Amino acid sequence: MPALKSAPSEPRKGLAGRVHGLLRGRSVVIGLPYGWLLAFFMAPFLIVLNYSISEMGAVRPENIVTLGDGVMKLSIKFGNYLAIFGDALYVKAYLSSLKYAAITTVVCLVLGYPFAYFMARAKPALQPALLMAVMLPFWTSFLLRVYAWKGLLDEGGLVSDFLLATGLDGWMAASGMIGTPGKFMNTPFSLVIGMSYTYLPFMILPLYANLAKMDLRLLEAAADLGASRFKAFWLITVPLSRAGIIAGAMLVFIPCVGEYVIPELLGGPQTLMIGRVLWDEFFSNNDWPMASTVAVVLVLLIVVPLAIFNKYQAEAQERGR
Amino acid sequence: MAAYLSVEDVVKDFSGVKAVNHVSLDINKGEIFALLGSSGCGKTTLLRMLAGFEAPSSGRIVLDGTDLAEMEPYSRPINMMFQSYALFPHLSVWENIAFGLKREGMAKPKIAERVDAMLKLVQLGGYAQRKPHQLSGGQQQRVALARSLAKAPQLLLLDEPLGALDKKLREETQIELTNIIRNVGVTCVMVTHDQEEAMTMATRIAVMSEGRILQVGAPAEVYETPATRFVADFIGNVNLMDGTLTVDQPDHCVIECADCKHYVGHGITGTEGMTVSVAIRPEKIHLSRHAPPDEFNRACGTVKAMAYFGSFTVYHLALASGAALKVSVNNLQRHRDDEIVAGDTVWAHWSRNAHVVLTQ
Repeated sequence: MPALKSAPSEPRKGLAGRVHGLLRGRSVVIGLPYGWLLAFFMAPFLIVLNYSISEMGAVRPENIVTLGDGVMKLSIKFGNYLAIFGDALYVKAYLSSLKYAAITTVVCLVLGYPFAYFMARAKPALQPALLMAVMLPFWTSFLLRVYAWKGLLDEGGLVSDFLLATGLDGWMAASGMIGTPGKFMNTPFSLVIGMSYTYLPFMILPLYANLAKMDLRLLEAAADLGASRFKAFWLITVPLSRAGIIAGAMLVFIPCVGEYVIPELLGGPQTLMIGRVLWDEFFSNNDWPMASTVAVVLVLLIVVPLAIFNKYQAEAQERGR
Repeated sequence: MAAYLSVEDVVKDFSGVKAVNHVSLDINKGEIFALLGSSGCGKTTLLRMLAGFEAPSSGRIVLDGTDLAEMEPYSRPINMMFQSYALFPHLSVWENIAFGLKREGMAKPKIAERVDAMLKLVQLGGYAQRKPHQLSGGQQQRVALARSLAKAPQLLLLDEPLGALDKKLREETQIELTNIIRNVGVTCVMVTHDQEEAMTMATRIAVMSEGRILQVGAPAEVYETPATRFVADFIGNVNLMDGTLTVDQPDHCVIECADCKHYVGHGITGTEGMTVSVAIRPEKIHLSRHAPPDEFNRACGTVKAMAYFGSFTVYHLALASGAALKVSVNNLQRHRDDEIVAGDTVWAHWSRNAHVVLTQ
């Protein structure tokens, strides 16, 4: 091997050199975002957690740990947590948040999968344009776009008129999607439409990324072995896109559970979601400990099942996916 | 005997480019037939038309009396072993092999029986529950073979069957694979760019170039009596010399080239004075330090380079006209006292049966 005339850096000497090298390179790249998350996510979360488990003083919460007369006292208040699980309002709000997030995720999957599939199988020259079409909504204000649905769904709106003309509203009212026939705004229907519309790209993009890299010869192999096109899709494409389905579902489900703006604009009395409760506790009731408790429970509600799921996934991977 | 599989004047036109250009082939039952050619010669397109992944632009493909034209890939009695196998990564070895049987609607106990038999055939009994990525390349290849044989197809297609294996494993697998296919008795069409693979495995070879078939024959036939300059050059190593036919008798002919005069031990169909090419394989030429007595079939040259392959050495000679001559010498002894080295001037000579005279 020819000797390099200009070495990229001076040879590092010993531990000091190594530490120096680490500080300069990798650790900065990794450290910066971690530092950011630590300062602006982890620390605030701990403050919120602190609020939820301490006795409220006049302005700020009391310290959890107190020292006096040679005794260290640890006082954790879990009354707020008991209150949440004892109060039907909170439980109902959590459950309906999970319900509407789940419905939205399913709707996005049903709408997004075929789209992502045909985008991934489209002519390579066409794909960037299709991808752009998926991202295009992000170019206008999210609020405006959600607000626009009001115009479409209100009486005299395009979608409203269309649904009335087809007579679907009676069936929708019967199935509980809307309260009374002919009124589409501020119903579970308008809420799910708004959330599905907003989060659809988050379902499509990971699915597309997954489906685009699939080895198409596997489908030929399936056809060669006697599988019809539908069978090949169901037995090969869908299982192989599982990672994309999971990623897309998480990207839709998690923000939907805590969604505040869309239920506020498009939801109604039937669709009380936890984001609304959280807002009320903070800004209407000014009950910060209770609000913090609601927030902590919400995080646990999402993080714990996810952690279990991830662990299961990792184990499945170990066993050989 | 009527051919088992006949390809009749098949053309495949990809927007003006004829990937397969008026190809006709007759393949017998139980044969292992190799389509040999460099990449882009149309061999894979032809194979994909047999499998049903491409439709011929014109022509017919008939298998055992049935025209395949209107048959979808999934209803053809043909299975394919794909290049780099295309095993289903999310299914176990067992499920991979059972995939085709399940599509047939075979009863469960029968499927289990058949899959076990297939696993035994390819000696992967203990691997049924592994996933493809947990297997070595050679094992994956055997799973792919088992999967393509499971449905007992009337025709087995192999697309570069050993292309993904390293050289040592490839040699072992060639023989094993051939034995399995022979034992099963299935008719087989394989595609390869590797002439060794084609020659060791196939009963007959079709050499393809630019969408056309140049020659069909048994391996030895294609190697020893190539029909054209292209085939001679494509299969193995060869020395091609252009010359003029000066004597053409029923029992011999003489061809004069720049560096030597060839005395060929058979007559050819040609006219005296015409230009022909003489092809001689490097292993049919001998080297000596002294001039051979006969003035025919010899040439003097200087050793420019030598390539040592272990069992044999290839000497590159520069002849008087500047033409190059490759000579392959078997290394029969471990050390030779009188070793020929680069820079030596030597005589190359060959017998009157070493030549192939090519007119096209």
